[in-house]
Amino acid sequence: MGRKLLTEHINVEGIDTMAVYRQHGGYRSVEKALKTMTPDEVVEEVKKSGLRGRGGAGFPTGMKWSFLAKPEGVPRYLVCNADESEPGTFKDRQLMSKLPHLLIEGMITSSYALGANTSYIYIRGELLYVLRILEKAVAEAYAAGFLGKNILGSGYDLDLHIHPGAGAYICGEETALLESLEGKRGNPRNKPPFPAVSGLYARPTVVNNVESIAAVPVIVNEGGEEYAKIGIGKSTGTKLISACGHVKNPGIYEIEMGVPVEEFIYSDEYCGGIWKGRELKAVVAGGSSVPILPKSLILKTAAGEPRLMTYESLSDGGFVTGTMLGSGGFIAMDETTCIVKNTWNFSRFYHHESCGQCSPCREGTGWLEKVLHRLEHGHGQMHDIDLIVNVAKQIEGNTICPLGEAAAWPVTAAVRHFRDEFEWHVTHPHEATRPGAVYHGGLVLA
Amino acid sequence: MNASVKPEFSPAAQAEIQRLIGHYPAERSKSALLPILHIAQAEFGGWVSPEVQDLVAETLGIKPIEVYEVSSFYTMYNLKPVGKHVLEICRTGPCMLRGSDEMTAHLERITGAKVGETSPDGNFTLKEVECLAACGFAPIVQVREKYYEQLDTPEAVDAMLDELRGLVHRPILSWEETGLPNSLSL
Repeated sequence: MGRKLLTEHINVEGIDTMAVYRQHGGYRSVEKALKTMTPDEVVEEVKKSGLRGRGGAGFPTGMKWSFLAKPEGVPRYLVCNADESEPGTFKDRQLMSKLPHLLIEGMITSSYALGANTSYIYIRGELLYVLRILEKAVAEAYAAGFLGKNILGSGYDLDLHIHPGAGAYICGEETALLESLEGKRGNPRNKPPFPAVSGLYARPTVVNNVESIAAVPVIVNEGGEEYAKIGIGKSTGTKLISACGHVKNPGIYEIEMGVPVEEFIYSDEYCGGIWKGRELKAVVAGGSSVPILPKSLILKTAAGEPRLMTYESLSDGGFVTGTMLGSGGFIAMDETTCIVKNTWNFSRFYHHESCGQCSPCREGTGWLEKVLHRLEHGHGQMHDIDLIVNVAKQIEGNTICPLGEAAAWPVTAAVRHFRDEFEWHVTHPHEATRPGAVYHGGLVLA
Repeated sequence: MNASVKPEFSPAAQAEIQRLIGHYPAERSKSALLPILHIAQAEFGGWVSPEVQDLVAETLGIKPIEVYEVSSFYTMYNLKPVGKHVLEICRTGPCMLRGSDEMTAHLERITGAKVGETSPDGNFTLKEVECLAACGFAPIVQVREKYYEQLDTPEAVDAMLDELRGLVHRPILSWEETGLPNSLSL
């Protein structure tokens, strides 16, 4: 059983209230940081912890913090990215709704480290009920003197506000999120300048994922070095994995970095295997945008080493035989899953969510959806398979924000690992469109 | 709504709007646009007409086009009249893997509305949306402040519709007011 740094008390009755949260050690990091540490010392602990951004990119949080420009007399902001929308990912929703005070505690300690006096949590609009839970917790934090003027007599002031989005995947991209927070369409900004220099209202801004900020209290309480002892190499600490798709026990699992993928899928401590006693066919390990891998390559690397739940191990082999940990949205697919249909579904998602700013993405995602639709529905030609790879490659690297890559990678990886299944859709259109019929090394009837 | 009558926010909504505007620097009140559009949608029958959007622009002291370009960008704002309950049906991969196609087909059969339409009795508007971030509890439908989860049997879908038919439709401004159970499970 691994350590639970974030979710140890998640099922305690009333843990969403200030009183119960305090009984379980809540807000200790605020007291420790504000009373005994300088802001730079907090940043130093986060650097030592090796914490990497939990939203998907995996960029070291402490380093991101140290890039923040600090011109005299200019306000700076911390914005929490709670716009969780990467298909397969639902960890932040659970964390915020069950442990709202953990996020608020992390926001206070982190804002202190960065010298921000106003901070925002940007939460996706669909999670209106979670916004209510957070607002209630924020009110409790003000009443208890953890927010507002002169927090705990330290002379430090902080206001924290919750801001809802309104349905747009693109707002998970940090500069689109800032545009949206300013009351505009969520069109990502050109970079540079990066938000660390010119972010919200053109002020220096740090944008961090919910889970990253929720990890700050434990890092401050126990010290960065202690945190870094958990995990393997540059994958330190714990990670929330959202297990979904065809696993027997879907849900959120807090794992210590380094758990073998095979154990994660088949152990009763985690997913409990594949539902209905079926075989695993493929896994999308880090949210819909990371490359899909067949069973053989998700359980073991191309060199035959066991694949581990770490940033490094999952990306072993690059995009030829590897994938990414991403956001930890772990989507398992059983033997009755049609990879072509699933790829079409993901392409439809990216087409729908493209903001339309860059031509390669706006047009390319539409073409991907259209050509995959005809392949899935038995009207495809053999050259369509190369066409979608070609279109994907022309999107990749040619857009302002990473949505282009996110749309391209699932397609190129699906063709790379399941080309025979795409070809079967062309050569056997009648079988491919029969309800319940899928290809898994041959025709399978679900 | 009668188009010739200029819409107005209720006192409760006006108070909430002022509270929200206070969250942002004085010269940055446009930041409150998204939350205010949510309030407007709840106040005026679940959608934002051009007149309502003009009211939002006036409230914030910005040009109407600044509201239109935002309302047309974000999927949660309904730009046409809707039924009593808007069912936001997730259609993305993880939900599809757990039966969202079947769930949607059943919803269409029972309500008599196709996706994008409102049922003849005016109760339900079916709206397909992308990932709702609850993939472990798929398939999912979101209705206002509630997530209906694991709708993987006709019985589960029917129970949701029955519950919704019994609900009174009114503007919702606070969580306490809704009285709906929170659907979480871990």
